[in-house]
Amino acid sequence: MTIRTRYLAVSAAVLLAGTALPAMATTLRYANQGDLKSLDPYTLNETTTNAHLGHVYEGLTRRGKDLAVQPGLAEKWEISDDGLTWRFFLRKGVKFHNGNPFTADDVVFSATRVRAPGSNFQTRVPSSAEFVKVDDYTVDVKLKSPNPILNYQWDTWYIMDKEWAEANNTAGPTPAAATTPSYSALNANGTGAFKIESHQPGVKTVFKANPDWWTKPEHNLDEIIFTPINSDATRVAALLSGEVDVIEPVPLQDIARVNGTPNAQVMTGPELRTIFLGFDQTRDELLYSNVKGKNPFKDPKVRQAFFQAIDIETIKSRVMRGLATPSALMIAPELFPFSKDFVRPKYDPEGAKKLLADAGYPNGFEVGMDCPNDRYVNDEAICQAVVGMLARVGVKINLMAQPKAQYFAKVLKSGNYQTSFYLLGWTPGTFDSHNVLFDIEGCRDDAKSSRGESNLGNYCNKKHDELADKILVENDTAKRDQMIKEAFQLTTSEFGYIPLHQQSLAWGVSKKVKLSQRADNSVLLYWARKE
Amino acid sequence: MLAFIVRRAFQALGVLLTVGLIAFSMFRFAGDPVNQIVSIDTPAAEREEVRRSLGLDDPVPIQFARYLARGAKGDFGVSYQFRQPVSDLLAERMPATLELAFCATVFAIVFGILMGVFSGLNRESFMAKVFQTISLIGISLPTFLIGILLIYLFAVTLGWLPSYGRGDTIRIGWWSTGFLTKSGLTALILPSITLGLFQMTLIMRIVRAEMLEVLRTDYIKFARARGLTTRAINFGHALKNTLVPVITIVGLQLGSVIAFSIITETVFQWPGMGLLFVQAVQNVDIPIMAAYLMLVALIFVVINLAVDILYTVVDPRLRSSIRQPA
Repeated sequence: MTIRTRYLAVSAAVLLAGTALPAMATTLRYANQGDLKSLDPYTLNETTTNAHLGHVYEGLTRRGKDLAVQPGLAEKWEISDDGLTWRFFLRKGVKFHNGNPFTADDVVFSATRVRAPGSNFQTRVPSSAEFVKVDDYTVDVKLKSPNPILNYQWDTWYIMDKEWAEANNTAGPTPAAATTPSYSALNANGTGAFKIESHQPGVKTVFKANPDWWTKPEHNLDEIIFTPINSDATRVAALLSGEVDVIEPVPLQDIARVNGTPNAQVMTGPELRTIFLGFDQTRDELLYSNVKGKNPFKDPKVRQAFFQAIDIETIKSRVMRGLATPSALMIAPELFPFSKDFVRPKYDPEGAKKLLADAGYPNGFEVGMDCPNDRYVNDEAICQAVVGMLARVGVKINLMAQPKAQYFAKVLKSGNYQTSFYLLGWTPGTFDSHNVLFDIEGCRDDAKSSRGESNLGNYCNKKHDELADKILVENDTAKRDQMIKEAFQLTTSEFGYIPLHQQSLAWGVSKKVKLSQRADNSVLLYWARKE
Repeated sequence: MLAFIVRRAFQALGVLLTVGLIAFSMFRFAGDPVNQIVSIDTPAAEREEVRRSLGLDDPVPIQFARYLARGAKGDFGVSYQFRQPVSDLLAERMPATLELAFCATVFAIVFGILMGVFSGLNRESFMAKVFQTISLIGISLPTFLIGILLIYLFAVTLGWLPSYGRGDTIRIGWWSTGFLTKSGLTALILPSITLGLFQMTLIMRIVRAEMLEVLRTDYIKFARARGLTTRAINFGHALKNTLVPVITIVGLQLGSVIAFSIITETVFQWPGMGLLFVQAVQNVDIPIMAAYLMLVALIFVVINLAVDILYTVVDPRLRSSIRQPA
């Protein structure tokens, strides 16, 4: 080796070493179907958005990988014997990203802001709850009635910095009808594991690891680059080509292909959302049916016939390609310990025909069905399968599958519940059964109450509602679970709904990345490790 | 000339108003925007409050009138999804779309003309047949399919080019450009081909047909007889005369390239106005939909006006017809 070539070799080595250094920074690239639109943590209550902002902001509580409630910004809490006062002890030494200390003032401020007009999270904190600062690190919450699940959703009630919000004129949440953009929609100042480095709504968001985080990070990332990729094929291509490390979701039809490649795989698992069918049980004559003068769905026999006519195993294997967990209940098994005690009625088309004949429809009847086609995994295909199965027992379904924007405009309260038979999915926001008992199974008859607003067909049982009211204030977990079981038994015995399944999560992950998959479909990268 | 432009400006205003009115009367079929703003468990009272605060409870004509009154002052409202002024969002996304449209058009012109001239001159050669086949593909395959095929070939299988996005961009004032970085330039290749393929095919076929036509004319024969080089005849005389229809096509198609970039942008997650519009439709974001449709209408009107004016520059015979109202 001449001196000259040796010199070249050395300089090449130096150059290589020089370029290798910045490459040591670990960047995780993540693409989701949905956008991160506003950084204001009180603007849109939606799982993907909440998960994104959970990297930046934190609540008084956290939820672990198994969804168990853990201390977050509050180290611990105590409940008074009458259940009316909760005392929260705040973590000391926590700093917001701008260096401001986290104190009781920020909690009181956030409690006001989250309940202000324009907030999409008003139900996170009861409107009558009063927040009292005891000292800088203690806050009392005074309630009008006991509420055992007060803090169940506080992992996504993110605490904001009072001083920062007031200084930047963003002390109120950004309302939908805002005429000027709010500071907090484009900037963030949380206490969490990552800081926002830059945010271009709908294009790209860059997160940088927060070196001053109050706890030891489990992740080994320096940077997260988030890009929304709306198109399924492009998102999968980006994963396969190695341009992104994590994608959510992977379309069912691409799972086998992703798993067949050497550098990526699909993480699957049951999601908390329950997909179910509902009936209009309130109108005296169905809107879309050839049965005139009466409503067949008021008869539990007809509902049972529909239930027994559906072959859930076929839906699972054919429509969902095995990626679904058939369900007997309107809540996911992870969220209710007695779920195992419930079983689906057997698939029995002959029995269904007999039930229909007993109910006075020996030749079946015709009814219209509403179905979204871009909301849940293979939603339209599920509906088509249901149409075929019901045809076998003589019921002719006229399927109306439409994009979610039109679907929800029609079937929700704002559309005057214009549906006779529909498919919907529901995840209880509180991860608690009461939410299902109240929103989905509660009677709609009191116009002043918001009970049953998502009970599109108005299944109604007064006894069930009385139980739900008791469950709301019962502090004893064992008693409470027993009552929940009773309430669910009332609904299942009357076939108020047809639960179908929990759909599956499908995250595409590069083999270089280790992730923890949480059943609520929150992609939380503060648990991610990348080689 | 001035009277002509003024008259056309009034026509343009009429077109914009019509587009706006049609758009507004269609929006109610797009779904209920309130459902996209609130979450599914938001109480109905709160939903009604949102609806009222957005003015969505008023009849469509009143909403349209209010939109026009604000638009006249340059205020196109605030996006429901992003909570930012629509004009800012569109301005932010416009460079992406215009750069893509520019590259696609340049690609279409350069390759269209080259392939057209070649296959015009060497009709029977093997390459000419290959070009004919490519042009058939360009005309018959839908854009999104071409995009996905290119992604799978060049991004997934070969790993040469990025599959999505714009790469790194550099800001010059309010304009963000992808022309100055390597990743920005490589990111432009696949979307430009996808978007420009159809125009390229069109140009190639026109140039080929025109070349065949022109090469048969007398003045080419005379040029040959005078002993000019083949090169001078083909490119100096023949090609020049084929370009008039090409200019017309390129001008008229430029508007469609910008408007139809919607599909290409969706496939490549290209952060331009088209992608913004598609997402706005999915989320019933009326302010973005309205502003985008008006903008596209405006672009079409302006391009048409420019083409009309250009004609008079190219062809003096048209000037008299413009001076007198037809």
